[in-house]
Amino acid sequence: MWRYTLRRLIQGVITVWFIATATFIAMHNVPGDPLSSDKAVSEEIRANLEAKYGLDRPVTQQYLIYVKNLLRGDFGISFTQKNREVNDIIREHFPVSATLGILAIVFAGLGGVLWGALTALYRNRLPDIVIMFLVILGISVPSFVFAALGQLALVNLNDLLGISLLPVAGWGTVWHMLVPSLVLGLGTMAYLTRLMRSSMLEIISSDFVRTARAKGLPATQIFTRHQLRNAILPVVTVLGPSIAAITTGGFVVEMVFAIPGLGRYFVQAVQQLDYTVIMGTTVFYGAFLVFMVIVVDLLYGWIDPRVRLE
Amino acid sequence: MAEASQNDSPLSPDAFDLLHVERRVQSLSRPSLSYWQDAWIRLRANRRALISLYIVLGLLVFTLFGPLLWPVDPSAQDLDQISRPPGASRAAVIVDPYQPWDGKSFSPMQAPVQTGLRLAEPANAQAVRLLWDPMPGAAGYRIYRNIFPMNPGDALGLPLAETLTGADTTFEDRMDLRPRRYYYTIVALDGLGEETKAMEMLPVEVTRVITLEEAKERGLVGADAQLVPGNAVQLALHPLGTDYLGRDMLARLMYGARVSLFIGICAPFLFVLFGVVYGSASGFLGGRWDHLFMRFADFVIALPFLLFMILFKIAFGIGPGESGIMPMVVAMVMLSWPATARLVRGQILQIREEGYISASRLLGARTGYLVLRHMIPNTMGVILVTVTFAVPSAIFTEAFLSFIGMGVAPPTPSWGSMCNEGIKTMLTYPHELIFPAVFISITVLAFNLLGDGLRDALDARMRSRE
Amino acid sequence: MSEVIPSNDNFTTSAGRQLLLFGLLAVAGIALLMIALSWATSLTSSTSGAVEGIDPATKTITLVLAEEPPQLNSTLATDQVSGMILGHLMEGLLRYDEHSQLTPGVAERWTIGEQEATFWLRDDARWSDGQAVTAHDFVFAWRTALDQANASEYAFILFPVKNAEAINNGKLPVEALGVTALDDRTLRVSLERPVAYFDKLVAFTTYFPIREDFYTATAGRYGADADTMIYNGPFALTRWVHGAHVRMEKNPYYWNSERVMIEVIDFPYVTTDPNASLNLFKDQKIAYTGLIEENLNEALVQRWHLHRFIDGSIFFMEFNHREGHPTANYHLRKAMQLALDPAELVYKVVKLPGYLPAESLFPIWLKGVEHNLRQEYPPPQVALDLQAAQRHLALAKEQLGVTELQPLVLLSGDNPLSNKQSEYYQATLKKRLGLDIRIDKQIFKQRLAKMTAGDFDMVLAGWGPDFDDPLTFGDLFASWNLNNRGRYANPELDAQVRIAQNSMDPRTRMDAFGEIQRILIEDAVVLMNYERGVVYVTDPRLKGLVRRAVGPDPDFTHVHIQEG
Repeated sequence: MWRYTLRRLIQGVITVWFIATATFIAMHNVPGDPLSSDKAVSEEIRANLEAKYGLDRPVTQQYLIYVKNLLRGDFGISFTQKNREVNDIIREHFPVSATLGILAIVFAGLGGVLWGALTALYRNRLPDIVIMFLVILGISVPSFVFAALGQLALVNLNDLLGISLLPVAGWGTVWHMLVPSLVLGLGTMAYLTRLMRSSMLEIISSDFVRTARAKGLPATQIFTRHQLRNAILPVVTVLGPSIAAITTGGFVVEMVFAIPGLGRYFVQAVQQLDYTVIMGTTVFYGAFLVFMVIVVDLLYGWIDPRVRLE
Repeated sequence: MAEASQNDSPLSPDAFDLLHVERRVQSLSRPSLSYWQDAWIRLRANRRALISLYIVLGLLVFTLFGPLLWPVDPSAQDLDQISRPPGASRAAVIVDPYQPWDGKSFSPMQAPVQTGLRLAEPANAQAVRLLWDPMPGAAGYRIYRNIFPMNPGDALGLPLAETLTGADTTFEDRMDLRPRRYYYTIVALDGLGEETKAMEMLPVEVTRVITLEEAKERGLVGADAQLVPGNAVQLALHPLGTDYLGRDMLARLMYGARVSLFIGICAPFLFVLFGVVYGSASGFLGGRWDHLFMRFADFVIALPFLLFMILFKIAFGIGPGESGIMPMVVAMVMLSWPATARLVRGQILQIREEGYISASRLLGARTGYLVLRHMIPNTMGVILVTVTFAVPSAIFTEAFLSFIGMGVAPPTPSWGSMCNEGIKTMLTYPHELIFPAVFISITVLAFNLLGDGLRDALDARMRSRE
Repeated sequence: MSEVIPSNDNFTTSAGRQLLLFGLLAVAGIALLMIALSWATSLTSSTSGAVEGIDPATKTITLVLAEEPPQLNSTLATDQVSGMILGHLMEGLLRYDEHSQLTPGVAERWTIGEQEATFWLRDDARWSDGQAVTAHDFVFAWRTALDQANASEYAFILFPVKNAEAINNGKLPVEALGVTALDDRTLRVSLERPVAYFDKLVAFTTYFPIREDFYTATAGRYGADADTMIYNGPFALTRWVHGAHVRMEKNPYYWNSERVMIEVIDFPYVTTDPNASLNLFKDQKIAYTGLIEENLNEALVQRWHLHRFIDGSIFFMEFNHREGHPTANYHLRKAMQLALDPAELVYKVVKLPGYLPAESLFPIWLKGVEHNLRQEYPPPQVALDLQAAQRHLALAKEQLGVTELQPLVLLSGDNPLSNKQSEYYQATLKKRLGLDIRIDKQIFKQRLAKMTAGDFDMVLAGWGPDFDDPLTFGDLFASWNLNNRGRYANPELDAQVRIAQNSMDPRTRMDAFGEIQRILIEDAVVLMNYERGVVYVTDPRLKGLVRRAVGPDPDFTHVHIQEG
């Protein structure tokens, strides 16, 4: 177990290095000029800027400096926010994205398991039909449409009630999180519901459940111990990639709901070709995802004793 | 078995007798079906999957043959019919081409008789020309336009302009005029530019108009039509309305389908293909190679998808006049294959150890036969599930990139970019959002259900359940 | 799909009950989690929740910020949002009043000569820690802005000061700058050349003061956060949560603080999404929002009091005049000029009142000798004339020696309006002149890189004024101006620009601008598009909001809350 974890961590470090290199290569092949600005600058000022960001050195040297700084956990200074370190940007804005993401994944995971189990249980009856219809909506409508509609619904709800039930945008309290994280988790929830439903159906007709019933075990015990527990396994497997999708896909929601998350910074940085912020964010997210996948794998081994962590 | 026994035992005369019994046994069994025939029968039995299949085929027909039936140029702009909802009236009146107004000439029948705020000339969608009598003490006027009548104290509507001196008592409005009733208000301003109480109001009915030249050019009337200003014509038909530049929504949806479906189908097909080849190679080679292959796949899978999608998108860049579809597909393929590869490899490794493979091997089956007969059919379910989810997610990715302004370049329409444009106007002109959104939803749904049906039909394990 | 195990209602009910319990537990868990997360994020929070757009009790107005200022170091600021915020936090030697007229700021009085300008500072100008604002603070700020190590993109705006350019190019030390503090209250500026508009320049952001001891103490982080800055304007920054929240409170040490009638300007939302702003306003969470064309209808339905305003920027399509580009041909440019109507663009594509069809590079609000420049020097009128356009096109093809023109590349930005605009141009030029246009849509920095490299035939561009003088637009197409991305070079125009730059006589200068205007239109150097406008709505209780084309905009320092 420990040896396995250690090995996975070492692999993870190599993976992060790979991501860093891929980002560096991609970034340095991007056409455009991060130092250009709306008003043209003279050669001299440009040279000053290049020197400041080390862009006047050869690419290989830049790469070595970049890797060296990475090892020290230093992502450099932002190109657009000229006296802010990328580390500060990540430190201040990642927790926001993470909060949103955690809540969304919890909504998606719990909701998915719950609805999935429910639909399987009431197969082809009313609850199944209603939930599956909602699921279909959930997987077939783009997230930005949901986000825009969600906000509109909030405004109209507040208008209708005459009080501010939930804030329309912004960040800071529990109430700010509720709708954005629901919107963010919706697609994943729908996907997990489908997955849960089919895996539940498979389990219901499996031999060990039949045996358990034949043995006369109480229904609740069969349901929780045998069916739910086994049916959740595939859901846990896709949880890792889902975390990836949710944390990096949060920027639509962040943009629409004016949430100061890292995703929004990334999109801005891309539009501004802010090299250091782009590279810093990508590498950081890459490392975060690698870590999450390892955690999910360990979790999987813990839930399913058949999986030996080797 | 029969072959084997023939080879082993010496022939005897009674070996040539007819075997009635066996023939009778055969006639009891179902007709022999190949794997694919069997799958097809089961797919046909699945009503949802079948309907989805028809929808997918229908979408393909819509995008490939639609433009033949509805040969309207998706980039042709009809600035007389901007953001027109489906089913709205198309009646228009012929007018002379627009002539700039000096603010002095008036239509003879109107101007002299009236006082107060009035029309200098009949109003139409080209221009509304207003004229009023100077108000005492006014240092200027502000002109408002509203879309409904106002009660005292209400907001006056859209502030269109201010005139700089009290002597300027004319105003020409050309700002986005629609065929409807408008309510104009002029308010006198004091010396500091603040509004005073003095104001006048005028409701104006604007008619939709078109110049004869334009009508001929658009083919609304014959080239030799003898029409004079005042005659009525019907403007071009737009069954699903028009967008913000007066472009036909139906035509744009058809061309947008090309982009969205191309990305949605092409990218998953390519990366699944690559993933299958990579994964099965890895699974078959095994050992050191397998390890190496999978490590690389692990690296690629660890790249944060959307971030790299955006990164690759800007790294590839879009040249002038290019739509940017290919870079998007390439980026998608580059980032998406490892999931399939891992899945396929896992399946191959698992199937390799199955009893029936060993049995088949014992019976002398060659690798090619094993792959075609056992491996592919048995991994097909998994692959198809991957594609099922890949098509919608590819379509979504395109829409998503459009949302942050990194989608296909204008004027190429795609459902995603149309949705993105439509969101802004969703309160005023919902049709601009609803149509592309519905098309995305239907497509995503159809592929999902079709995928489900295919999985059930192709998965060998499901057979036992019938 | 047939049932394998016949469903057993007993089993289902009991399992359903189990699920219900599970669901309840999940809801409880989520509630707990949210409380925990809420506590955790209170560290990065922005809003306290129920704040209304206007709070008369605390004299607070709440607003949305379109973008976060990259930083608030006045020597580095380049963007409009930074300019707006710095305009509230800082004060230069001069400033603009509520009627957009220059008025004394830190300087009480001043004289501007051909060689020299002198500013006498007021006694009661204070920093937000109570210390006096001295002439040394200006000397330090200007030197810092020109210091090579600082790499300021706006350093050029200081170039009228003696030796500024040489310092910025590293040829002279910063101490050589022609600005000296004769004593704490007197600032003497030596000028490189006569500058008729130097009083207007010193109101600009880059000319704001910075206090040396404070700047040095921040160790390169000046203006990065609320606590690494010190203020001498009507407001002080009290909170800055990056990307989330900017809060300004009345600066008690401001010399003219009686004129400031509100206590707090709060920006707890940062979003570029116009729909989010609209929804926040609808929910009465903010006191002001700009509107995009798509939202006008909704605003009318809501019966809001709308305002319009011309924001001062001008937008045009720039041609590439470099050799080898067909757009270097006069007749081709002229053909396009005659075939395109800015009025149609504004009324049918932009569709936002406040936008004006542009007739000249000089916007209508610029002042001339006595009245508006445009009244004194009306630009030559260009009317839509397709026949003349066709004639010019034929001539162009003849001169270029081709029967069919190669497709022209139209470089465009990635914002929604420039998308619309380039699609409109593409379709219209095809329809009216048969020209093929290829749209080259690029993200901001890539577009700039292509503009600088000259990698385009036409480009959609714009220009916002830095100071209140026609020269801020007038020298744009001088052959030496780096912002002349199409590299238009015309000695006749250059000569006029020199006159405008060096003369002190208003009449001579305005004549030169009139000539520049004529050349630009007659030679079809650029195609004018529009003067940008803004339609906005404010809370009806909010009075005294100042909008201006030059200087910090919108200006909330004169705002007061009217109750009832």
